[in-house]
Amino acid sequence: MFLASARKLRSFGIIGMNQRNFGLISKYNPRHLYPLVDDKLKTKLLAQKAGITVPKLLGTLDYQHDVRKLGEILAAYNQFVIKPVQGSGGKGILVISERDHNLYFKPSGDMISLEEIERHVSNILSGLHSLGGKPDSVMIESLIQLDPVFSDYSYEGIPDLRVIVLKGYPIMAMLRLTTHASDGKANLHQGAVGVGIDMGTGAALHAVQFGEPVQHHPDTRKTFAELVVPHWEKLLPLAAACYEMTGLGYLGVDIVLDRDLGPMIIELNARPGLSIQVANCAGLAPRVTVIEALKNIDPDPASRADFSKNNFSTNLRTPLLRQERTRSSDL
Amino acid sequence: MQTRLTLYILVFLILGTASGMILYKHLVLGFPLLPDDKKLVWTIEARIDFIAQGDPVIVSFALPPKNPNTILLEEDFASPDYGFSELTTPDGRRAQWSKRTATGPQIAYYRLAAYKTDRIEATPSSDIPSAPVKPEFDEAQQTAATTLLDQARSKSANTEIFTRELIKSLNSQSPTQNTSLLINDQARADDKTNLVINLLALENISARIVRGLYLEGGRRRQSLTNFIEIHDGTQWLLFDQDTGNSGLPENFLIWQHGDQSLLDVIGGKNSRVSFSIIENTQSSRNLVLHDNKNKNAALIDFSIYSLPIEQQNAFKMILLLPIGALIVVIMRLVIGLRTSGTFMPILIALALIQTTLLTGIIMFLIVVSTGLLIRFYLSRLNLLFVARISAVIIVVIAIMASISIISNKLGLSQALTVTFFPLIILAWTIERMSVLWEEDGPREVFIQGSGSLITAVIAYLFMTNRIVEYLTFNFPELMLINLAFILILGQYTGYRLSELYRFKSLERRHHVSG
Repeated sequence: MFLASARKLRSFGIIGMNQRNFGLISKYNPRHLYPLVDDKLKTKLLAQKAGITVPKLLGTLDYQHDVRKLGEILAAYNQFVIKPVQGSGGKGILVISERDHNLYFKPSGDMISLEEIERHVSNILSGLHSLGGKPDSVMIESLIQLDPVFSDYSYEGIPDLRVIVLKGYPIMAMLRLTTHASDGKANLHQGAVGVGIDMGTGAALHAVQFGEPVQHHPDTRKTFAELVVPHWEKLLPLAAACYEMTGLGYLGVDIVLDRDLGPMIIELNARPGLSIQVANCAGLAPRVTVIEALKNIDPDPASRADFSKNNFSTNLRTPLLRQERTRSSDL
Repeated sequence: MQTRLTLYILVFLILGTASGMILYKHLVLGFPLLPDDKKLVWTIEARIDFIAQGDPVIVSFALPPKNPNTILLEEDFASPDYGFSELTTPDGRRAQWSKRTATGPQIAYYRLAAYKTDRIEATPSSDIPSAPVKPEFDEAQQTAATTLLDQARSKSANTEIFTRELIKSLNSQSPTQNTSLLINDQARADDKTNLVINLLALENISARIVRGLYLEGGRRRQSLTNFIEIHDGTQWLLFDQDTGNSGLPENFLIWQHGDQSLLDVIGGKNSRVSFSIIENTQSSRNLVLHDNKNKNAALIDFSIYSLPIEQQNAFKMILLLPIGALIVVIMRLVIGLRTSGTFMPILIALALIQTTLLTGIIMFLIVVSTGLLIRFYLSRLNLLFVARISAVIIVVIAIMASISIISNKLGLSQALTVTFFPLIILAWTIERMSVLWEEDGPREVFIQGSGSLITAVIAYLFMTNRIVEYLTFNFPELMLINLAFILILGQYTGYRLSELYRFKSLERRHHVSG
């Protein structure tokens, strides 16, 4: 059969796009709060005010004539990230990891001149990457340093952790690992590997690339069986706290782990996608039901994180990955 | 839950109203539900020629009676500089043209469009004739007439058969002496008619002349044919005076009952009337609209039909848009096809209607792919965004112009229709596609591009369907039903077809682990 049966998917609790738009986004996310997450600068300031760690802001550009100042701003840094303030889905993000006088280098090793960076910035300002093509601003951030835990699991980029937070409770998590196919971007439909993470321990459960199960990183060949996300105790409360920060009931929180600064929030998403279910090999619906059944929401992010750890742990399934691996190696 | 209930009530009300209106139009006003219903419509033109002699002129012309089995769609009276009035006399309607002075050849026209209805309604037989006046024959004729009548009477049982027998014997191939005495070969139709009426009067049967026209398409310079109508005591019966057959022949339009003159011209000479007939088919829908009975129905009076024809044609297009919107909603919410721009496919579909399908798609692909190539070059020129999209617009115009010119030189006239594609939409499509290419790679461009084209083609196929076209225009109420569908689809929270594919691996893995 070419298609899955809808009845089976429903029994697994898989949520579809229509259900997500109707039952989660329009139900829990009031429109007027969207700018808080669609505008990354606002998110950053908000997070700083709430005491949440974020990458350091190196500078912003608002108008085309500011582009001339770019060289001046960048002069002091060898590594930085240029982002459109209102971009979505990782669009328009330029990462510079090395610099040699006037020559800049992307993590892939490709060289790029200051003129090309200026053109990229100008495109962002004209609204090329923003939602609906509105004129945009540019922000320049410090580059995140890859945590050595992930050095074997990423290729030319920084992996990030996507946590779905419903009414303040983290309900599902997925690690997105950059690959050669994804061009160093943590974007699943471009070929990044999605790893489902156990909510109780932060250990890897399943991994998929292009929707198909994989047992090891396609570029580094490192198996996922031993992968455990560090700082798990700190990570979950951080994600849970974003609920108070934005007021959005259904939220995708993107977290990166910096070698020196630990977990940092890099982006919030009011319309998080559904691939997380594929990576976890589990549906969101049962967990949504648990949260919706709660009478009142615990005001403390830390205790909400504990609730999630206790309720949504798939510890029983941890051996699953190994079992599956043996099975496929038998074949 | 509350909002959901409100929505269902709203949907129910909309559906109820719309289907009520459609049923009323169909059942009461007679709108056909399918476009195939066609009717024959006859356009008859009577041309009156005469030579005026410099005196006041009055032309009086008999008009066909209004009768429930024949609907007169429109009547037109044309003759330059003449005063005109339509009179109703006890013997039927007459047209009257008049002028203070006129000289030389004059022409007056009367044009009529008519069709036969299916409604069977008996002709009201209110006009009971007075007793016939016995004619005066000379002796020889009197004897011949009596013999003829006796022969006919001996072969018949009632008035109807008697009349038929009488007419038959008068038309006999081998006329008897008696017949030849009463009527000769050179006798005009009117003479024969008068003879039959007179003979019937001798038998005390009331009869009158009926003039009418055989309706045959493409005939010119026709004249009226005489029929004879007798009253058998309860109703009028019609007889063909050349064959004796009774009953109204098919495609025969009765123009005049009784022996009033067809045409009277005062102040003119050499007056002549000739008829020409054109047949054409019209959809029943048009006829329903013109049916006088329906003209006052509010549903027609306050509808698109009250607009001038030009605006009606514009609406024909606009009324198709909801169909396209419904297709897009289904494609996106139920099938899960990704398109570039939500309603871009509808605009492409509209363009395809003008260009025809295959030509349109080829044109679209040529313009977009050429545009993409040039756009890639533009992106290397380091232009500001607004300037770049404007440049793309100009490039698109240039591509369109070149396609038109080249194809014209090659003698391919279809390619000229490229101009029907909305320019700005094409430019935007090119811009989006090229950004998509840079950011998500050619695969995504291919997915969204073909998604848009597939949606556009499906929308096109629906929008050009004759039945859909007919229904949307003649039953604009269907728009409400469409709206109700879209409202319901807006509540659809099930899986999209594409998601069944997307989550396929999940099902398989569950099998393994389960």
